[in-house]
Amino acid sequence: MSAGRFYASELRLVLLRRRNLLLLAVTAVFPLIIGIALRLAAPHPEGGNGNGVAFFNQLAGNGVFLTFIALSTLLVLVLPVVVAVVAGDSVAGEAGYGTLRYLLAVPAGRTRLLAVKYGVIVTYALCATFIVSAVALAAGAVLFPVGPVTLLSGSTISLASGLLRLLFVTLYVAAAMAALGAIGLAISTLTEHAIGAIAALMILVVTSEVVDNVPQLAAAGPYLPTHWWLSFDALLRVPVDTSTLLRGLLSFAVYALLFGSFAWARFTSADVTS
Amino acid sequence: MTAISTSGLTKRFRGGQLAVDHIDLAVPHGSVYGFLGPNGSGKTTTIRMLLGLAYPTSGRATLLDVPMPDGATKVLHRVGSLVEGPAFYPFLTGADNLARYDAADRTADRATARARIDEALDRVGLLAAAKKRYRHYSLGMKQRLAIAAGLLRPRELIILDEPTNGLDPQGTREVRALIRQIAADGTTVFVSSHLLAEVEQICTHVGVMRTGKLVFQGSLPELRRTGASRVTVQTADPEAAAKVLTGLGLADATSAEAEASAVLGDASPEQVCAELVQAGIGVRGFAVASPSLEDLFVGLTGEGFDVSG
Repeated sequence: MSAGRFYASELRLVLLRRRNLLLLAVTAVFPLIIGIALRLAAPHPEGGNGNGVAFFNQLAGNGVFLTFIALSTLLVLVLPVVVAVVAGDSVAGEAGYGTLRYLLAVPAGRTRLLAVKYGVIVTYALCATFIVSAVALAAGAVLFPVGPVTLLSGSTISLASGLLRLLFVTLYVAAAMAALGAIGLAISTLTEHAIGAIAALMILVVTSEVVDNVPQLAAAGPYLPTHWWLSFDALLRVPVDTSTLLRGLLSFAVYALLFGSFAWARFTSADVTS
Repeated sequence: MTAISTSGLTKRFRGGQLAVDHIDLAVPHGSVYGFLGPNGSGKTTTIRMLLGLAYPTSGRATLLDVPMPDGATKVLHRVGSLVEGPAFYPFLTGADNLARYDAADRTADRATARARIDEALDRVGLLAAAKKRYRHYSLGMKQRLAIAAGLLRPRELIILDEPTNGLDPQGTREVRALIRQIAADGTTVFVSSHLLAEVEQICTHVGVMRTGKLVFQGSLPELRRTGASRVTVQTADPEAAAKVLTGLGLADATSAEAEASAVLGDASPEQVCAELVQAGIGVRGFAVASPSLEDLFVGLTGEGFDVSG
């Protein structure tokens, strides 16, 4: 319907914008570099040194694990930056160009505009996450042996089940990024300067990560926006650690709802002065 | 039935400044309404409230009889607008920019979008530049593209905020011709400007703003009627002439070097002249002048650069 047309138009605009395309390209390059680097440093199957990289020992035996290595590495900074750029720009960018007043005069409808903007952010986050998984999977298959997947808990599942788990892991990470996108959208409604919103969101991410690593502040950990991002390893065990997984998803949902509501309350009540 | 009507519309900014102060606009259907006032008199803030971009502190506003801002999504697709200069994505072409705004309109027909965009571009003379990036448009082209966005579909009302701002004389003429054309189609045009000449040439009605207040509203002839005609006598004896004028019951008689003048009022100029001659005043010249619109405008809005408020 017409909301579909608006969404498609905005999505095309975001996806085809050179800056955003470049960010996706960068996201795609990282798993390649990580894969090649690890291949060069790969331990022999009979005696590996972990070097502190998560899933590193599993990688030598199975290329599928490159996806988990890539996701956990990129989750620290690269994926949040990519999402922050699009989310921070979403409303602030329009305000900065002055196009926001014309969109509202069209009328796009304030709630509808915000919903479309968030839909585009989520789609973009989904694209970025799946690009990481897809490129890492392809690179892993080329650089390392591929076969039945030995999980972190020691049991082995078929390659097909392993790939299904990879799909769930990717969706979990995408959910984390979608929640981050909601925070970015909220910040974006507060300013006319996209770069300010992007920076604010990144500062938030880094602060959360730092606080999460201070043992004395462990009590705050579970409530931090970044705390559950890497908990996707719960999917790589038999049985699946569902309680961790659900707590993570709950955290994402709460953050998305909280900041989504804030963005809506702010955007539907504020004067557009840009 | 009015195209735009407000009552007691007021906007106080967070800092406490009263930008728009209880204005009662009445814009008749089919009129070309000039919304006049110096920069900073509250015109743009008023327009922002009319379009639902800013929320009034108090008072009501209706657009095509639909209350704003609550009815924004119900009525704004019948209204084209240009607010505080054009705004588009610089990296998109003119046509793509229009397509984007059209896609945001839930009531616009996707199937006819292409044709409507071309038609709107053609109307403002930009069809040849349709595939050029907005970033490479000249100022006049940008302004015209913004007007084209307002013409993407048939509108009942067009709101143009300073449409000739920054244009060269030729661009100004083009925009003026365009406004006439739009009005000829029966569309009500509400055009804000700080330039009286612009309004005088195209408008049927005017509203004059000064420091947030609507100090005059009516048709152009009504505005002219507010200015009193003056009679001016050139003579070697201005003081005596002024006395005679006062004696005839004319108000505000003044005398200057070799000249006396007074408000004509209901007196007949022929009689005034005859009386002067009879009183022995050597009349060198005699004239009756109506104040120019510019004089009236300045009288209403104040002179010079002092930004009030």
